[in-house]
Amino acid sequence: MWAYLHRLASPKYFYRWSGRLIPWFGAATAILMVIGLYDGLWLAPPDYQQGDSYRIMFIHVPAAWMSLFVYVLMAGIGTVGLVWRIKLAEMVAKSCAPIGASFAFLALCTGSLWGKPMWGTYWVWDARLTSELILLFLYLGYMALESAIEDPRTAGRAAAVLGLVGAVDVPIIHYSVIWWHTLHQGPTVFKAGGPSITVSMLIPLLIMAAAFHLFFITTVLMRTRLEVLEREASSAWVREAVGAR
Amino acid sequence: MTLHEFIHMGGYAFYVWNAYGIALVVLTVNVVQPIYRQRRLRARLVRRAARGSGL
Repeated sequence: MWAYLHRLASPKYFYRWSGRLIPWFGAATAILMVIGLYDGLWLAPPDYQQGDSYRIMFIHVPAAWMSLFVYVLMAGIGTVGLVWRIKLAEMVAKSCAPIGASFAFLALCTGSLWGKPMWGTYWVWDARLTSELILLFLYLGYMALESAIEDPRTAGRAAAVLGLVGAVDVPIIHYSVIWWHTLHQGPTVFKAGGPSITVSMLIPLLIMAAAFHLFFITTVLMRTRLEVLEREASSAWVREAVGAR
Repeated sequence: MTLHEFIHMGGYAFYVWNAYGIALVVLTVNVVQPIYRQRRLRARLVRRAARGSGL
């Protein structure tokens, strides 16, 4: 079992199996996105208070969830790489950063566009918005640190430490709407007593969330493959893999 | 829902469609960028192999 996992995690085998999986994950992402968008933008009824503006939720909420999820994953895998010196873990963690940053950016932009018609302002320095902005800066800092250090192994270790320290922001973001009185609404899906959102809106939301997860898996595999090729460029199997096409 | 209602978004068209537009751009960049970089890297590795230096 361990020997098998070890083999799967070797850059060479990873390159092979991820190449086979990417098209499937990509196709599944596209299908779920189309269904989710049709359901969310066309089928779901307008909100009785917010009208049609609430439809921004179908990208805002999945993007915000993913920005947190990817950060936890990046910090976790980075730590695994740090402790057990697994090359592939370092590469996956590095590949998580730009995608997570994209999700954080998207959550902030769409939230801003939702805030203007509902709160009357694009931006307010309240706990939820500020802590999410810090998350975006953590991602950017992680990427900057990673690229500032020449040796990829050293860079991976330094970035992993930063990622782990920055993880303290994640619970702050999640609980910010409970700990402080903010303009941002409280949780409606992950809360005690179950979701307080009507089914016709919850279903497209969950479909979009699943689509965003699959999108992340697809793109993180693509980026990690690229990273593998770059780092192993001088090895025989890469020359073979490249020359074969 | 009619097509007109769909495009109009109950008066929130500007906010809704800009949000979806930004999402489209950000997600597309995330797919295109690694593909583009992979192509360039592959071309570089092929050239390198053709020179036969290995490095």
